Amino acid sequence: MSAASPRFKTRLFTAIVVATNVAGNSFLSRGMQSVGELVSLSPVPYIRALFNPWVAVGTSLLIVWLLSMMALLSWADLSYVLPVTSVAYVLVALVGRFVLHEAVSAAHWAGILLIMTGVSLVGSTNPNTAGKHRPEARS
Amino acid sequence: MRWLLVWIIVLASTAGNVLQSLGMRHHGEIRDFRPGALGRAAAALVRSRYIVASVVAMAISFFAFMALVSIAEISFAVPVTASTYILETILAKYLLKEQVEAKRWAGVVLVAAGVGLLTV
Repeated sequence: MSAASPRFKTRLFTAIVVATNVAGNSFLSRGMQSVGELVSLSPVPYIRALFNPWVAVGTSLLIVWLLSMMALLSWADLSYVLPVTSVAYVLVALVGRFVLHEAVSAAHWAGILLIMTGVSLVGSTNPNTAGKHRPEARS
Repeated sequence: MRWLLVWIIVLASTAGNVLQSLGMRHHGEIRDFRPGALGRAAAALVRSRYIVASVVAMAISFFAFMALVSIAEISFAVPVTASTYILETILAKYLLKEQVEAKRWAGVVLVAAGVGLLTV
């Protein structure tokens, strides 16, 4: 891994961040539908929701998402990582269309096109513009 | 109720992302992915004030998001958070000192508009 090119490392971690985000949110959403309405200031109903298997798997995936996001942000700009990982929205829409057979409106297709154009624009910029002047970076 | 939750999610996730970026930049690039080295990195990160604050902010955002998806469709819940892109890019430029060139700005605006369109 240490021999991998910076570009490959950034692409790989972007893919992990996107995949765990989409899968985690899908499991969480599926679980919350069976848990029912949850608007409470008490932590008890939230903790109880975590015992729902869908919510538990979703939460575990979102923990992997958080850790891979942290690793990615240790070398890549926030203003690079956030737009590039928005590919997740496109993936959610495509899963809805081709797996769940939901209708995708013209506006949604336009949104998908805008996101992909934006992602390729940001993806062609240098991922790391703020790290160079931070000499405390450890090897 | 749903818009109050949206505001909590936007503010908490923006603070969470900026603090996370600050904390990880401060720690330095993670290059060694062997378990021992990752353990040492984790031990250093749990003592970072930025990282602790970012996890608190993200936990607030996460539970507000759980509450939101329990009362609203996910097709409402996910795209309303698109407004964070603009706010976070401004903070990345001025607070995190990232070089946001014209091409990157154009990309961010397209992404935010595209995510917004997914709500229609």
